Amino acid sequence: MPESRPRRGQTLAERAAFVREQARWIRKRALRIVFEARQGHPGGDLSATDVLAALYFDAMRYDPADPRWQARDRFILSKGHATGALYSTLALAGFFPQEELTTYMQPLSRLNGHPNRNKIPGVETNTGPLGHGMPVAVGIAIAAQIDKADYRTFIITGDGELQEGSNWEAAMTAGHRKLASLTLIVDRNRLQQGAGTEDTVGLDPLDDKFRAFGWDVVEVDGHDIEALLPLLDGSTPHDRPLCIIANTVKGKGISFMENKASWHHGVPNAEQYEQAMKELDA
Amino acid sequence: MSSPATQKSGLFDCRDAYVKTLEALGAADERIVAVVNDSVGSSKLGGFRDKFPERLINVGIAEQNMVGVGAGLANGGKVAFVSGASCFLTGRSLEQVKADVAYSQANVKLCGISSGVAYGELGPTHHSIEDVAWLRTMGDITVLVPADPWETEQCIRAAAEMDGPVFIRISRMGVPALPRAADASFTIGKADILREGGDGAILANGTMVCRALEAAETLAVEGISARVVNMCSMSPIDEDAILAAAQTGAIVTVEEHSVRGGLGSAVAEIVSQNAPCRMKILGFAGFQPTGSAEFLMEHSGLTATNIAASLRGLLGR
Ligand SMILES: Cc1ncc(C[n+]2csc(CCOP(=O)(O)OP(=O)(O)O)c2C)c(N)n1
Ligand SMILES: [Mg+2]
Repeated sequence: MPESRPRRGQTLAERAAFVREQARWIRKRALRIVFEARQGHPGGDLSATDVLAALYFDAMRYDPADPRWQARDRFILSKGHATGALYSTLALAGFFPQEELTTYMQPLSRLNGHPNRNKIPGVETNTGPLGHGMPVAVGIAIAAQIDKADYRTFIITGDGELQEGSNWEAAMTAGHRKLASLTLIVDRNRLQQGAGTEDTVGLDPLDDKFRAFGWDVVEVDGHDIEALLPLLDGSTPHDRPLCIIANTVKGKGISFMENKASWHHGVPNAEQYEQAMKELDA
Repeated sequence: MSSPATQKSGLFDCRDAYVKTLEALGAADERIVAVVNDSVGSSKLGGFRDKFPERLINVGIAEQNMVGVGAGLANGGKVAFVSGASCFLTGRSLEQVKADVAYSQANVKLCGISSGVAYGELGPTHHSIEDVAWLRTMGDITVLVPADPWETEQCIRAAAEMDGPVFIRISRMGVPALPRAADASFTIGKADILREGGDGAILANGTMVCRALEAAETLAVEGISARVVNMCSMSPIDEDAILAAAQTGAIVTVEEHSVRGGLGSAVAEIVSQNAPCRMKILGFAGFQPTGSAEFLMEHSGLTATNIAASLRGLLGR
């Protein structure tokens, strides 16, 4: 079983080094399964990877042998298209065999293009349509509040995804109820499917929006693991829900994919794949 | 959202006919606007945007907003073609479709792109096999399921010409151009008999029409003459054509949709109350497993082979 709690005995630098290695593995594996399936969403896989690695290999409490353990911390990937990264993370964390990753999107595989909780251990709710994660996470946090349970709930949303009104309905509920066990990480890569978020329907100032809805807000470089860990590990208590605006790069780690909308659901050819793997190994 | 191109030679993506027609209509009529949800690419509306930049309204990833905005544009005198992945356009915005569009009789044309299981491996959240059932039950919205590029163009033109709400289901699966007479015409509410036959009837729409024709050809070789009826217009529906089909004694329906609430149900509603006959409803039984669109159709027996076998079964042959 991998380490699934903050490695308290270690220094921040040691914890970060460990998480960074997991993130490298996840990036490579995500890219490989997208390459082999000839479809997927590599841009959004790569922007979310460091946050995913920080959650699963430092911040969160869980037991892959007992995926529905009542006291587990919950995680919802609201931007459900980033399954390349999610499945690689869950496999690395031990929720299902790593060999199974080769079945990504193959006929009758449980590794569907969007995650299914009834098939894949570790998935809390089925996502794919954007704007569904937040309300479900709010419900989980309310249940924890009623039960006075100490588990925490984490959500990653895309930034374009925040154009969906359902997020703001949930944000209002969370602020109103002071759901302090809730942590939202916005994967702020500034791109959506077709173009930049600010060229489509602008989100800025995003921090002010969440503050106005009753949340604590911090902004961080979403690829700076040493900065992410103390925000995620619960070491700073909050009395309100926490929104972490993680400034990220869509396609992070692969030069030709970075900051390009076309890699939202682009698939590398053999030559590009080889180059990408080299860059991830460097 | 991506899915490998299903395009093979001789097959057409009906989105192309949709956007070509919309661009032509847009050039002739300034009232025509397109409303999208970050779906310029998946709706293939880049050309429309380049030609009429101020008439392409991208509301972002916000489908409920998109449909409401469409109704507002209609109120302001525009002819709003609201275009997005059919699963989200209908499912996410169902109450906007009901209250703002159908019940309000707004002049909105909902274009459900990549309907059915076209999104294949992206799974049930992205499949749209409930859309016809949902919208058909509202009654006050025209529901059209074109089968090929020609019919897609006719649907878009008919929708633009009429004043009132329309839903058009536009697939991106490759389909052949169906054989039609030179003077063929399209009328909302009228079914189209593509092949005459008296031993039984196959009623199909959308991407299944070409498969129904193929099945009828196979059956003809065996001496079974099957009528093939294209049921593009789901609401209003052609009761006369359905009752005439029932006279053959056996009806197979086939649709790229759930077996609950779609074409099969619509036909059964009419047949059961007027002229009961043997029926087989082909479609999807529910949420689909992982697989490409072609795989899922095979998996659920939406093939010419199984359509033929189903009619044979009804005839006891
Ligand atoms: C309700 C809904 N509408 C549209 C889509 C299609 N879609 C999938 S991903 C995407 C863009 C998402 O952008 P963002 O949230 O910024 O994600 P990221 O950049 O992290 O990939 C869109 C429009 C969807 N999945 N769900
Ligand atoms: Mg984004």
